Amino acid sequence: MLRQKSWSPYAVGALLGVLSWFSFATVDRPLGITTAFEYTAALAQKAALPQAADLNPYYADRAEEKKPPKIDWEWALVAGVFVGAALSSRLSGDRAGEKVPALWRWRFGDSPARRYTGAFLGGALMMFGARLAQGCTSGHGISGALQLAVSSWLFIPMLFASAIATAFLLFGTEGRQHV
Amino acid sequence: MFDPPTKLLLGFLTGIGFGFLLQKGRAAKYTVIMGQFLLKDWTVVKIMLTAVVVGAIGVWALVNSGGATLHVKPAAVGGVLFGGLLFGVGIAVFGLCPGTSVAACGEGRRDAFFGVAGMLLGAGVYVAGYAAWQPLINAFADWGKVTLPQVTGTSPWLWIAGLVLTGAFTVWLLERARGGFAARTSGAG
Repeated sequence: MLRQKSWSPYAVGALLGVLSWFSFATVDRPLGITTAFEYTAALAQKAALPQAADLNPYYADRAEEKKPPKIDWEWALVAGVFVGAALSSRLSGDRAGEKVPALWRWRFGDSPARRYTGAFLGGALMMFGARLAQGCTSGHGISGALQLAVSSWLFIPMLFASAIATAFLLFGTEGRQHV
Repeated sequence: MFDPPTKLLLGFLTGIGFGFLLQKGRAAKYTVIMGQFLLKDWTVVKIMLTAVVVGAIGVWALVNSGGATLHVKPAAVGGVLFGGLLFGVGIAVFGLCPGTSVAACGEGRRDAFFGVAGMLLGAGVYVAGYAAWQPLINAFADWGKVTLPQVTGTSPWLWIAGLVLTGAFTVWLLERARGGFAARTSGAG
């Protein structure tokens, strides 16, 4: 079973739900990804530009919340996600094929540099949005939603509306033939 | 600077499970994520919906028995809505979300590595301009760290029952649509 390329999405979802129980039960933390990125950036900026960091109220606000940026449980979780996905894809032989995905290639051509630039800029915008909202598809989409958080139930419809609108603007209905 | 080693180890093990599941669910693939936003492939919704329904039951049972506490993000409406808007544009350009992009790196996808580098830049911009973004985040109301049962004065189990029913109905709709489509294509072919 571990060598299968894919499992039923319902089985995967149910097991992710159980993984949420595990994270609440063991460390009393919800599954999340993007806070670890924020902490990494905050630690890097403090190390590289300590004087600018002294003037930035970010650090005082986090200290007041008793959540100073650090290499924490979530940071280790992100590292684990990389290893877990590598393990799963190696067991099944489902490794990366093409450099440029088919839908992107159909719309923007087969230049890897263009795809990498798009991924970089899209990733930057996405993470900036996630930090404004204090969560992503994991932190809000799964963990916040299951905690019935008001913030998450506002974030999810906004995310989907915006992503669907952008996807159709970029690729149109014809793009549906390429996914 | 560091969490204690046991906590880091637990995080790492939880992450391995998380990444393994995202990969087996095919969620670490550009095609699957974009297929969702082009309303063709409903894998992402199926995974998220099941995770939320199953997760809610156990986590709320834990919370009610005192075994865990809620960790809800503040409902600063400006931050959540502007954040969701930018997140949506970014994810549709990148084609992977934060968790699945890390998983896609594990799968060996080179474009995902560039996306993750961009994510570090995005986080850096947020931290560096922290003071400048506050008016945007607080543009509208801030209702604080509240839950739906709290603001409505109802039992969480009422909401969870609603989630279970909505989830079951959505699954029925999706599977019916898929069955119908499969029947049509096999009939035509």
